[in-house]
Amino acid sequence: MTDKEFYSHNKAVKKISTLKKKETIAAWTFCALPLLFLLIFLITPFLIAFVISFSDQRLISNPNLPTQFVALRNFLRLFNSSSFRQALWNNIYFVLVVVPLQTFLALLLAVLVNQKLRFINLFRTIYFSPVVTTMVVVSIVWYVLYNPGEGLINQFLNFISFGKLGPYSWLNDTSLVLPAIMLLSIWQGVGFQMVIYLAGLQGIPDELYEAGRVDGANSWQQFRHITIPQLRNTTIFVIISTTILAFKLFTQVWVMTRGGPQGASKTIIVLLYQEGFTMLRVGYASAIGVLFFLIVLSVSILQRIYLKEERAVA
Amino acid sequence: MTSGDIIAKKQKTISLKSRKNISLFLNYLLLTAIAVFFLFPVIFMFVSSIKNNETQIIRDMSNIKAFIPYGEIGLKNYFDVFQQMPFGRFMFNSVFIVGSTVLSGLVLNSMIAYALARIRFKGRAFIISLIIALIIIPAEAVVIPLLLMVNQIGWLDSYQVQIIPFIVDAFSIFLFYQFFIGLPISLDEAAKIDGASPFQIYRRIIIPLSKPVFATVAILQFLFRWGDFLWPLMVTRGYEYRPLTVAIQQFFSQDPKVWGDIFAFAAMVTIPSLIIFLVFQKWFVHSVASSGIKG
Repeated sequence: MTDKEFYSHNKAVKKISTLKKKETIAAWTFCALPLLFLLIFLITPFLIAFVISFSDQRLISNPNLPTQFVALRNFLRLFNSSSFRQALWNNIYFVLVVVPLQTFLALLLAVLVNQKLRFINLFRTIYFSPVVTTMVVVSIVWYVLYNPGEGLINQFLNFISFGKLGPYSWLNDTSLVLPAIMLLSIWQGVGFQMVIYLAGLQGIPDELYEAGRVDGANSWQQFRHITIPQLRNTTIFVIISTTILAFKLFTQVWVMTRGGPQGASKTIIVLLYQEGFTMLRVGYASAIGVLFFLIVLSVSILQRIYLKEERAVA
Repeated sequence: MTSGDIIAKKQKTISLKSRKNISLFLNYLLLTAIAVFFLFPVIFMFVSSIKNNETQIIRDMSNIKAFIPYGEIGLKNYFDVFQQMPFGRFMFNSVFIVGSTVLSGLVLNSMIAYALARIRFKGRAFIISLIIALIIIPAEAVVIPLLLMVNQIGWLDSYQVQIIPFIVDAFSIFLFYQFFIGLPISLDEAAKIDGASPFQIYRRIIIPLSKPVFATVAILQFLFRWGDFLWPLMVTRGYEYRPLTVAIQQFFSQDPKVWGDIFAFAAMVTIPSLIIFLVFQKWFVHSVASSGIKG
């Protein structure tokens, strides 16, 4: 290597390293503000939740009664509280019914609107439209529909059963209130999963079906042995996201029943709201929040292990 | 005898074409029946909202007349809503809160995602795993300590308390990241040779190529923020900063209930999002679909 060559090589290396430095600075400039926001508004409150769940922190602190460390008292009280157990059970009941039903219906609707028919786009639009209707509005309209006296749902059941069924007081009956809320939740949410399934269906290569037809598979066999396995990852996603949404159940319940009657529709988040906001017991409510997080976390971990998802995270 | 049996019996006599027609008819019948199920509550709401007579609304609630606009039709209930409460203010609050959250979110979330997807730097891998881990934390799990924090700094009853904590969103970053990583790296390299800075590459190359993901994030964030209820219920007291969701819930929980007014209010909350949906329909479907691919 001549002196000249060495010199220019050295210069190039220098240039690359200053470029690299510049890039690193630019990268951190891009990241700084978003990371700061995440730190302040997500990570910090998340850590605080853990810390104050071990204390008797209140929203407005009393100067005469300083906040104290209470170890596991909040959690012990939670496990022994009948209203927490009731709320947890209500959530689990909701998940057990809504998740399989909504996933199945979403797939069914997706198959229906995946047909090549005239006006099929109109049907897709209609089935999806409840998703863009705000949940508070949906809850108010269904509240009227469930009305025990004049409600359309009672009148409809009465009509199709020739007067044998009803009237039911849907939202005032401890055994009917959750099923009633389940129905409107599915009505509002199923269009979202339908669209996810629709994308999944359209991603299945046609050659698979052609090969199936060559082998003499009828449409049910094609559905069973081609469509269902090909939609595996979509199904995993739909199940996980619906389960987590079901554990977050709040708006419908708060608008329609506030958790009643007798706590029959009380959910974890309703309890968290009441304890933290109405009763101002922030420490206790944070313990509920921590448990809620652990539930969401374990649901997604369990389902991911169980269903052996192949995650494509770069 | 089921309809299947009938069809089987007549199979030989009916030509293939008419059998096809029958199945097509049944298909449309099913599609229409489901459409009725998805439409009836919304139609009920709109029809009731334009009936001026409150006794008629209550009388019609229990039968098919609930879906028929007849009698005294007009916008009286709508005017009532405007007279009884600062509806315009609520609408402005919602539009302002959702609009500024979504727009600033597009900038900040795409910027960090760009750095993570397109620039190799120390700490990159750590930040990526941090953000993927943060996706799992639901807002509901942090609302109580967040309430404590914003209460300490005197943010209760304000716009910023409903905007700033929700601008940066781990899931939005993840969606941007996944899209950016799929763009060919040769684009950046060519621009680098021409002396473009990372910011210029982001502005001039990445953004113009990434309209689909910007639309996806904007629409998903719009859906979540527009319907948000728990947080504004906690942080707004007076009407000044109250969004539509909390306003209509409070109006609804007052007694005596005037159904005409409640339906008119509900209709006015629904109309803007319905219009946005109908205009950007293709994008909505695309966004929801792509939220599921590798979520």
